[in-house]
Amino acid sequence: MQSLDFSFAALADPTRRAILARLALGEATVLELAEPFQMSQPAVSRHLKVLEVAGLIEQRVDGTRRPRRLAKPALDNVDQYLNTLRRALAANYDRLDQVLADMNTNPKSTPTRKKIRGRK
Amino acid sequence: MNTTSNTPLSLRTEGDTHIVVTRRFNGSPEAVYRAHTEPAIIQKWMLGPEGWTMPVCICEARPGGRFRYEWAHPSKPGFHITGEFHALEPGRRIVHVERMFLPFQTPDNHVETTFDAESGGTLMTMRMTLPDAETRKQMLSSGMDKGMEASYIRLESQLA
Repeated sequence: MQSLDFSFAALADPTRRAILARLALGEATVLELAEPFQMSQPAVSRHLKVLEVAGLIEQRVDGTRRPRRLAKPALDNVDQYLNTLRRALAANYDRLDQVLADMNTNPKSTPTRKKIRGRK
Repeated sequence: MNTTSNTPLSLRTEGDTHIVVTRRFNGSPEAVYRAHTEPAIIQKWMLGPEGWTMPVCICEARPGGRFRYEWAHPSKPGFHITGEFHALEPGRRIVHVERMFLPFQTPDNHVETTFDAESGGTLMTMRMTLPDAETRKQMLSSGMDKGMEASYIRLESQLA
C-alpha cells in the first residue's frame, strides 16, 4: 500500500493527469509519452517517477523497452467504485418500484413501512 | 461505457466530470418526484445494499432548503449525506448539491434530476456533475479514498 500523500501529489498536476489519461488508452514508452506534451524526455521521466512512486503506474520490461502502463489495482478501484454506485442505485430503484406500486394502490396516502416486505 | 441492457438502470460516464443515470418507473412523474422529496417515502427505498436503514431523514424540499440522510447498519460504521436544494419543480425536476461524510467529506456533487412522462410511466434522468479540475485538486490534497481518486482518473480518461 503506497502512501496516500504520494497519490494526492501525483494527481495534483495536470500534466500527470494527462499522462494517466494517455496510459488509460494503452501502455506507452517515455518517448511516446513525451511527444504530445512537447516536453523533454527527462522532464517526462520525472513525472513518471512520481506516478510510479504513487503506485498509479508500473513498468513492464520488454527487451530494451520499458513501456509504462496504469497499475492494475488503480483500475480495479475505478470499476469497483462505479459498480458499487450501480449496485446501490439498482437496489434503491427496485425498492422504489414497490413503493410506487403501493402509491398507485393508495394514491392519497403514503405507503407504510410494513408494506415493504423483507425490510427492517 | 457501463450501460447494461438487461436491467432498466443505465449508468454511464459523460465527458470529464459527469455521471448520468437513467431509470424507467411504473408511476407518474408526480409520484416519482414525491418519492424523492418526502422523508417518509425516501426512508423506504433510498437504502443502498441490503441491511442498511435510514434512521434520520430530514428533507426541506424547497429552493434553498437543506437535507440530511443518515444510514445505519447492524455491523458496519454508518455514514451520512448533507445537501441543499437549488431548484424544485414538483413532478418535473430537482436540482441539488450533496456531499457524503464517510466520515471524510467527499467533494460536492451537483445533481440535476428530471422526471419525464413516458408511455404511462416515468423516465428519470439523474445527471451528476463532479467537481472541476481545481476543486478536484483541493479535494485530493485534503484527503480521499484511493478508489475515488482512481475513479476520477477514469472519468478524465473517457474522452482522452
